[in-house]
Amino acid sequence: MELLEHYLSLATKSIFIENILLSYFLGMCSFLAISKKIEASIGLGFAVIFVSGVTVPLNWVIKEFLLIEGALSWVGIPALTTVDLSFLSFITYIATIAAMVQLVEMLLDKFSPALYNSLGIFLPLIAVNCSILGASLFMAERGYTFGESAVFGVSSGAGFALAIVSMAAIRFKLKYSNIPDGLKGLGITMILTGLLSMAYLSFSGINL
Amino acid sequence: MDKISKAIISDPLVDNNPITKQILGICSALAVTVKMEQAVVMTFALTFVLVSSNIIISLLRKGIPGKVRIIVQLTVIASLVILIDQVLKAYLYDISKQLSVFVGLIITNCIIMGRAEAFAMQNNFKESLYDGFGNSFGYGLILIIVSTFRELFGSGTLFNYQIIPTWMYLEQGGWYVNNGLMLLAPGAFIILGLIIWVQRTYTHFIED
Repeated sequence: MELLEHYLSLATKSIFIENILLSYFLGMCSFLAISKKIEASIGLGFAVIFVSGVTVPLNWVIKEFLLIEGALSWVGIPALTTVDLSFLSFITYIATIAAMVQLVEMLLDKFSPALYNSLGIFLPLIAVNCSILGASLFMAERGYTFGESAVFGVSSGAGFALAIVSMAAIRFKLKYSNIPDGLKGLGITMILTGLLSMAYLSFSGINL
Repeated sequence: MDKISKAIISDPLVDNNPITKQILGICSALAVTVKMEQAVVMTFALTFVLVSSNIIISLLRKGIPGKVRIIVQLTVIASLVILIDQVLKAYLYDISKQLSVFVGLIITNCIIMGRAEAFAMQNNFKESLYDGFGNSFGYGLILIIVSTFRELFGSGTLFNYQIIPTWMYLEQGGWYVNNGLMLLAPGAFIILGLIIWVQRTYTHFIED
């Protein structure tokens, strides 16, 4: 019961209080580009939840059993117990993410062509979405356990999805407003994101 | 230096700025601008990675098969980022701790992938070198403007030197209070939004 409570508070924290997009600025590029359309934002949001929910725990396994100092001791060769490969973490994380995205793309193409067609172009883009790599790097920096990293992966993806869908809804309404020429598009979106992130700041009073 | 090379370097500074016009590399532009020191270190790290990756990709461009080019580019970029991360950890440990995951996130920084894909894959070694420098300067320019505002109004300092006289502060019997919002995420979004407005009004670029 206590563990469940811990996971729930971690999820709340990473969706609302420390939203990966609105307080760590990760995934801005695709956020700005895709939030023009609501359907596309929902599709991208779910794709990010899925990919980050899979890659963060996967990278945890790689980190614990291959990369950190002493991780290779399960092989049984004494010389390997002092090997520290953590400088390789960036390249292995990004390789895992790229491979995972490719795999998800192939599986979706085979088993659910409808979903594949609706996500189509966004899937390969996820490999270079900062929020996915960022989630893995945060997992390593904060020293999460396996369970925590699985919860963190899913909920940071959910935070991204929530932010992008709400921004798409705001931008949909924005079509009817009269914006100064220079602010059209990117400028007003940045300012709105600022206001949205100010609204999310109010969650920071919650004590978990 | 001939006219074309000059244009390649100067164009990304204002007219075709990577952040405000091409919408690339926004995540890190927002995240590392709380202090000018961090912004300058980040600019140097990005300049190194962007220039080297542009050179390497442009030298390899004829040998890279079209289908796996993203993976090849990612591998080149990730190796360069590992290099700069190790250098920062060795010589500038404090700043590298403050930058935390954002050095690693240079891998997924859209500027690098974007320039590799859009420029270095089609152009020769020399032009790619100039393009790398031009875009890094454009990125650095925006980072320095944003961080000047955020550090001056948020902490009253520039490069950690006190600029706003201490006698003006409320605690010292004056009337001035630092604007705490500048240190938080919304301040970054809004400042960048306003800079985009100024830049686009100046260049007469209207997005529809």
